[in-house]
Amino acid sequence: MTQTKNDALPISVRNVTKTYGKVFALNDVSLEIKSGEFLTLLGPSGSGKTTLLMVLAGFTRPDCGSLKFGAHEMIRTAPHLRDVGMVFQNYALFPHMSVAGNVGYPLRLRNVPKAERAERIERALETVQLGGYGARSIDQLSGGQRQRVALARSIVFEPRILLMDEPLSALDKKLRDRMQIELRHLHDKLGMTTVYVTHDQREALTMSDRIAVVNHGRIMQLATPQALYESPANRFVADFIGDSSFLPVERHAGTVAHAGQTLMLAHPIPETAELLLMIRPERIRLLRDTPPPHINCFKVCVTELVYQGDSFLLYGKTGQGAEIAMRGAVRDGTVSALPKLGDWVTLGLDPADTVLIDGTGV
Amino acid sequence: MVETNADGLRRDEKLERLALFGLASPALLLVLVIMVIPVGWLFYVSFIGADGHFSFENYERMITQKSYARIFAKTFQVSLLTTGLCILIGYPLAYFMAGLPRHIANLCLITVLLPFWTSLLVRTYAWLVLLQKKGLVNSWAISLGLWDEPIKIVHNMTGTLIGMVHIMLPFLILPVYSAMRAIDRDYLKAASNLGAPPARAFWTVFFPLSTPGLFAGALMVFVLCLGFFVTPAVLGGGRVILVSMKIVSNIELFVNWGAASALGVMLLALTVGILWLASRFLRLEQMTGGGH
Repeated sequence: MTQTKNDALPISVRNVTKTYGKVFALNDVSLEIKSGEFLTLLGPSGSGKTTLLMVLAGFTRPDCGSLKFGAHEMIRTAPHLRDVGMVFQNYALFPHMSVAGNVGYPLRLRNVPKAERAERIERALETVQLGGYGARSIDQLSGGQRQRVALARSIVFEPRILLMDEPLSALDKKLRDRMQIELRHLHDKLGMTTVYVTHDQREALTMSDRIAVVNHGRIMQLATPQALYESPANRFVADFIGDSSFLPVERHAGTVAHAGQTLMLAHPIPETAELLLMIRPERIRLLRDTPPPHINCFKVCVTELVYQGDSFLLYGKTGQGAEIAMRGAVRDGTVSALPKLGDWVTLGLDPADTVLIDGTGV
Repeated sequence: MVETNADGLRRDEKLERLALFGLASPALLLVLVIMVIPVGWLFYVSFIGADGHFSFENYERMITQKSYARIFAKTFQVSLLTTGLCILIGYPLAYFMAGLPRHIANLCLITVLLPFWTSLLVRTYAWLVLLQKKGLVNSWAISLGLWDEPIKIVHNMTGTLIGMVHIMLPFLILPVYSAMRAIDRDYLKAASNLGAPPARAFWTVFFPLSTPGLFAGALMVFVLCLGFFVTPAVLGGGRVILVSMKIVSNIELFVNWGAASALGVMLLALTVGILWLASRFLRLEQMTGGGH
């Protein structure tokens, strides 16, 4: 027996609602998670993402709705019968057991014979690169090692679904970056359906097959990282994923203009009541010479200039008072040639990067 | 200049330490006066025979006379039973309280502590009134048809245990409750998620994590019981003779201070011995990962 891909299970969430008093923690949420998929629930704190994860694990009882793992209805199944692995935010490693005791705990509950248990514990620990750590006690481990033990414990019984509740939030940045890649590799190797909760958009973009952006107990958008970044469904998603500036626009029979200037567009105009122009700071350029044709130009007065080592950030204000942020690469000579505060400069945006989004406030 | 500063800093450090000692000195003095001197005196008196000279007769008597062994055995039996009953009643109650929202749990804690505000003697005599032949318990039980004749539930072991458990319960509940409060509920969630049914999760995760509090509470109750006098004296009705009562009778009836002191020293030695054993046991528990 080797720890390789086992049959993953698809998860189907239908019309799940959970209220606390008058507050909707989950408001009629429906979500189809494909088998073997790495799906991230991304949202600010209090958005309902953790509540949804707890519904999947069975620790929160929703008011109504349906939850299926594969073909089986699970909404009323007790947590200990769901057979899903879970990594808790604080790891919840049992302090009175050794590393091997923790990792072997789910196997002991499943009456796995002692010899096989020892073998599987060691293999799970090797999977998370902690081979030989079995005899250590939990308080001898560093934060990163605890995180790995928690992971080993949640995969050792080969669940077909793995849930993770902000598992990297307690680690420092360098370790977090490495663990993101490692977790993703592990998922690809083990192949279980993974639901990952985080409030860190970069983490979500790095690891996920698809991301569900959650706010106010609803799913705002469910899409691949690229689709989410390139064409966010609304202002909340655009704001939450990456940085962006938003400019008001007016619609005139098939064309769209900002401050009287008609915009050149490469994408169809969304059919929504309100429109906003979204500008990603790294997609807009500082134009030093005469602007090339077929590019949208914005004249701004520089209000702030921040040098950040690998790049610089320029904040500018248009004549109409709209603010635009722009990020530029720092190459030799750029630093000395940077504009000064108060200078008027021209910023250029390709039609392909000129993205119109639904401006309805959420 | 640098040298002078170093000297000054060292002097400040010394002054600070002196000030700390000064703050602690009243308490140290008190301990000396009410603890060290009396216990030393007790020790000294226990080696004075009836004729007023140094002798081991007080200790010899304890070893040779069977009745003393019986009294010590009874004392330990009552203490163990009281501790056991306190665990049986107190642990589930503490578990229940630990699961409540904090403000309601605090209310429960106040009701647990309420008896402390009444005198020990008053509470003991209240039990006597409740439990006697024509007392409330018997008359209610008979009118409810639970039993026909008044039964003897006081002036014996039963009455003693009822009274002692009532008095001792808070000493068990408080440390157990605070240990349980400190247990992160995520441990139970994790156990459940890994496949443990509720009872299994309790015994494999919650209970082991609550044992430090349980040991502390049980030890406190047990040690307090060993020297308990008022309640067993009143509710035992002379049928349950404990070491503390023997000490009193040695002084009041026989005016034998030496014998009484020797009993006190013996009880103290046994208590210290038990505490030492328990602390070793607890440390062992921590080494095997039982502690927090």
